[in-house]
Amino acid sequence: MAQGIWIVAEHREGELRKISFELVSEGKRLADKMGQPVTAILLGSNIKEKASMLGKYGADKVIVADDNRLATYTTDAYVSVIAQLAQAHEPAIILLGASVQGKDLSGRLAARLGVGMAQDCVAVSLDNSNLVAERPIYAGKAYATVTFKDSSPQIATARPNVFELNEPDESRSVEITDAEFSLDDSQIKTKVVEFIQEARGKVDLTEAERIVSGGRGMKGPENYNVLEELADLIGATVGASRSAVDAGWRPHSDQVGQTGKVVSPNLYIACGISGAIQHLAGMSTSKYIVAINKDPDAPIFQKADYGVVGDLFDIVPALTEEIKKIL
Amino acid sequence: MNFLVCLKQVPDTETQIKVAPDGMSIVTDNIKWVMNPYDEYAVEEALRLKEKFGGDVTIIGVGPKRLTESIRTALAMGADKGILVDDPSVTGSDSLGTARVLAAVIKDLDYDIILCGKQGVDDDYGLVGSGLAELLDIPQISIVLKLEVSEDGSSVKAHREVEGGTLVIEASLPALITAQKGLNEPRYASLPGIMKAKKKPFDVKTLADLDLDASEVGESGAKIKIMQITPPKEREAGKIVEGETPQEKAANLARLLHEEAKLI
Ligand SMILES: Cc1cc2nc3c(=O)[nH]c(=O)nc-3n(C[C@H](O)[C@H](O)[C@H](O)COP(=O)(O)OP(=O)(O)OC[C@H]3O[C@@H](n4cnc5c(N)ncnc54)[C@H](O)[C@@H]3O)c2cc1C
Ligand SMILES: Nc1ncnc2c1ncn2[C@@H]1O[C@H](COP(=O)(O)O)[C@@H](O)[C@H]1O
Repeated sequence: MAQGIWIVAEHREGELRKISFELVSEGKRLADKMGQPVTAILLGSNIKEKASMLGKYGADKVIVADDNRLATYTTDAYVSVIAQLAQAHEPAIILLGASVQGKDLSGRLAARLGVGMAQDCVAVSLDNSNLVAERPIYAGKAYATVTFKDSSPQIATARPNVFELNEPDESRSVEITDAEFSLDDSQIKTKVVEFIQEARGKVDLTEAERIVSGGRGMKGPENYNVLEELADLIGATVGASRSAVDAGWRPHSDQVGQTGKVVSPNLYIACGISGAIQHLAGMSTSKYIVAINKDPDAPIFQKADYGVVGDLFDIVPALTEEIKKIL
Repeated sequence: MNFLVCLKQVPDTETQIKVAPDGMSIVTDNIKWVMNPYDEYAVEEALRLKEKFGGDVTIIGVGPKRLTESIRTALAMGADKGILVDDPSVTGSDSLGTARVLAAVIKDLDYDIILCGKQGVDDDYGLVGSGLAELLDIPQISIVLKLEVSEDGSSVKAHREVEGGTLVIEASLPALITAQKGLNEPRYASLPGIMKAKKKPFDVKTLADLDLDASEVGESGAKIKIMQITPPKEREAGKIVEGETPQEKAANLARLLHEEAKLI
């Protein structure tokens, strides 16, 4: 019988990513309800020393697949190894991150195993040890609750920034084992030739705790420094509406909304953004929304916890100064 | 070279989604159905590749009759052929079921690159592409912002968007690519294009035409079951921050963020 919960850890440049700890934390909560262990799967090259960190967040076991062909993620190698491990150990549930990597991996893994897969979930629970997942559809204009049928393992990806982190327990120890797998070079049909990094230290929008976003009201690309200053001060990432992106003021990767990134920060400050339905779809799950807009009838005010009616070019710099006084 | 584009229809992004009384589906009256926005980038990219390398662009859709219109739009943009699989037994398929139908159509076709959208902006799954690549046993590169095909047409180099940067990935062909916004600027169908589209080959197939077991698709083959659809939690409009001057408003906002929301 399929048993236990697996989470697939993610790392970049030798560091575990936060989503890995979110997955372990949620996996542990589910595993406790089932009275079963949670196992983290860690693929990489010379990555074993990171395994104990996963234990501190709640993993009971870590299975490490160490191979230089796993140093950077490729769909083919990762799917092959995880599918082999899943077939050998038969976990009941596998959780992955709904990150770019996790989405790419999970879809193909589910297809290889011929099982069901719930993408980008914001809540998971159990019904008689069957996974029940809640996931936004239409970019959050509605939510679907889904279950699995004749599917083992049951696979789901968890949206970053949504699941609560456990308090790491420094004294917790974890059982680390080496994975048994085989990997044939001819199976790996893609090759990563380069990683072009954006400005160093910038947190991706999908993972940001705070976002300062600018729309058509910014009037031009040169004015985003007003937002950058505020963002730097409060440790936020700068985002944009589609209008700003389509005008060429900001890169596509900055777009928030139904055809951009769906974000869930603690704080979302929308500056010069009217609040079109496609934009709202992408940011309505933010904990706090602040809107700064000179039009008191802008729809964004219907969703904002705090609305400021005024010219953003006056308000934003003044806000930056006021926050400096507090910090 | 031959290019295949998989295309689906979704409610226009302007649509206010309403949950149907059964609590298991959405109200579809008055919905304007459009080509999935990401599939527009896929179609455009296929057309550009065809212009450079020659060959054919075939559009494939699995869905009800109304999907004909979006496939015709792609033909009017410049694609060469359309294939629609319209069969009641495929309704209710999950992503893997849809991928099986597409794979059954594609296995008899000659292709170098398959293009899909990054995801459907309806169910937001983003799974059909990788499922299809797996069933066809070809490499996939998802969320692609830039695509270069080697001069000899044997491999691709794709820029793939990831958190904090871009990965450059190479794959031999055939391969499957999923398109992200930014890949290109889709063209509009021209009037002569629309006229020409009417005469282009358009096949409608049913499951009987495909070598596929009905139990593998549709609701019977689906491994994912929707239990309930609910509207999002309504956000209440909050406070309008008071103040005579911008400075006052900014100071009040900073105070609220600090003292009330405890964010700063
Ligand atoms: C298929 C499709 C998909 C889409 N997907 C997305 C998406 O993912 N994300 C997205 O954002 N949009 C999306 N859109 C576009 C969306 O419909 C809107 O057009 C867009 O969000 C508007 O951007 P905006 O709010 O910046 O601009 P506008 O609607 O023009 O609003 C600008 C706002 O700035 C305010 N303003 C102007 N000057 C100032 C100032 N000095 N100080 C303060 N306020 C000022 C104005 O009062 C106004 O409210 C999509 C559209 C389509 C058709
Ligand atoms: N019914 C379908 N017919 C043809 N292509 C589809 C269908 N469903 C999904 N696709 C393709 O797969 C992509 C991802 O869709 P999805 O996995 O549903 O989010 C879409 O952008 C299309 O390219």
